[in-house]
Amino acid sequence: MTEIGLGHYLTLGAVIFSIGVIGIFLNRKNIIVILMSIELILLAVNINLVSFSIYLNDLTGQVFTLFILTVAAAEAAIGLAIIVVYYRNAGTIRVEEIDKLKG
Amino acid sequence: MINNIELIFPEIFISLSIMFLLILGVFKKNSSKIIHNISLLVLLITAVITFNETIGTSRTIIFNESIVIDYLSSFMKIITLISAFVVLLISSNYLKNFKIFKIEYPILILSSVLGMMIMISSNDLIVFYMGLELQSLALYVLATFNRDQLKSSEAGLKYFVLSALSSGLLLYGCSLIYGFTGSTNFNVIATQFNTNEYALTFGIVFILVGLAFKISAVPFHMWAPDVYEGSPTSVTLFFTMVPKIAALTVFIRFLYVPFLNLIDQWQMILVFLSIASMLFGAIAAIGQKNLKRLIAYSSISHVGYALAGLATGSNDGIQSSVIYMTIYVIMNLGFFSCLLMMKRNNVYYEQIDDLSGLSKNHPLLSISLLIILFSLAGIPPLAGFFAKFYIFKSVIEQSMYFLAIVGLLSTVVAAFYYLRIIKIMYFDEEKDSYDKDHSLWLKLSLTVSTVLILMYFVFPSELIDAVSKINII
Repeated sequence: MTEIGLGHYLTLGAVIFSIGVIGIFLNRKNIIVILMSIELILLAVNINLVSFSIYLNDLTGQVFTLFILTVAAAEAAIGLAIIVVYYRNAGTIRVEEIDKLKG
Repeated sequence: MINNIELIFPEIFISLSIMFLLILGVFKKNSSKIIHNISLLVLLITAVITFNETIGTSRTIIFNESIVIDYLSSFMKIITLISAFVVLLISSNYLKNFKIFKIEYPILILSSVLGMMIMISSNDLIVFYMGLELQSLALYVLATFNRDQLKSSEAGLKYFVLSALSSGLLLYGCSLIYGFTGSTNFNVIATQFNTNEYALTFGIVFILVGLAFKISAVPFHMWAPDVYEGSPTSVTLFFTMVPKIAALTVFIRFLYVPFLNLIDQWQMILVFLSIASMLFGAIAAIGQKNLKRLIAYSSISHVGYALAGLATGSNDGIQSSVIYMTIYVIMNLGFFSCLLMMKRNNVYYEQIDDLSGLSKNHPLLSISLLIILFSLAGIPPLAGFFAKFYIFKSVIEQSMYFLAIVGLLSTVVAAFYYLRIIKIMYFDEEKDSYDKDHSLWLKLSLTVSTVLILMYFVFPSELIDAVSKINII
């Protein structure tokens, strides 16, 4: 059995972060998926911060995590509100149909 | 226990006013006009408090070293407050026309200004992040403010997705920096830089990407034209000026305090961002037909020049960037005042073709637009020329000739599309005349910004003296 150390947690964080970023750019279907990808990115950052905080024996990282959780909740609320407003006007939330502004 | 609390009186005052205005808006019916006026007063008072309490203090670090008050922060805060004040002042007629003159609009502007003031003063990654999020959360809603219009809601959606992504990237950088230095404080980070240079470079790159999104530097500019076109014009005016001032200050704080020793690592990134923004902004604007889209590309290229000043790594460079941003704000104010005057029978026009033959019906409006456009293009003796001149001077002093040459070349390219607007204004077929019953404030802001641009060369030393007290390095 290998000991699970900082490196493993950081790798997990990096993998989740990459899934989030790729999810934003590859997703062609639904805007809700983009919202979920954003949450994934923030969660990856939280994993990073908590594991660094344990490793360094320093509480700042965990405090930072709590701030990020709060902001993520506010951001999700505003994001969903904007999506509702958009849906009322356009009647769809498919990503490929969001193309009224271009040039 | 709490020393120097008077140094954050401006922030305290503005946040108390926000809460008071929210409660007033709930309990008093039809209070949008009074809240609008109180918000104007709040911004003005905050600017006065900032000027009185903090401008004379030498560099002070308070609240467990998480907030820094120095000349740079006071100067930038005052510019932020004044430009937000002018935006609010000239936007009331526009908002009434679209029936979005609501209590939320001034309150959202106040909250985003509060976020920017915290960003400008931040000396800690957590404080910086909180300020950044406060301003972006307010800006998402502002971009969507005309919520019954498809364009505005689409602009808000796009801005939300890309800005949230950039915050995520920035946070990932913060977590790396925290992990490899053991602290979120800028001063502590500065003493720990030799622990693991590669990991720190990764962190810096992530944070720079996040910040470049916020000031719309190429290659992270793709949101800017869409959001600028879709948002209500008064919000676009806010977007082009105020968040950029704050983000540029964070660039200075972040790069020059903790990471000055790693200048070899980040200088090339800044040079790349700057060159790409200047060239792309100049070339992509040529084919545009919408004035708001055009000004988006123009602002991308202007940000490139401001970044060129920061890339030098010298005090002169920082000062010239600050001067550049100040003059850019004044020019933008003038330009958007003209845009807000292009109204006929309650319809606002924003295509370049709508300007054709403007000089026949509106000689005064077109002469001021001419001055502003010449200044944006950087033609002497207007203010825009001096702004570019200071940047090039400090870039050449650091022997970065390539950057200077690319900057000059893109100025020439950019002059084309500004001159094309002037040609359309003066030599094309005339159209129906626009309304002339503009609010006094709109006329005043256009007059003042035009006069400032025109007369800058008579009193250049005022601005230079004010900026020369900024000492970061």
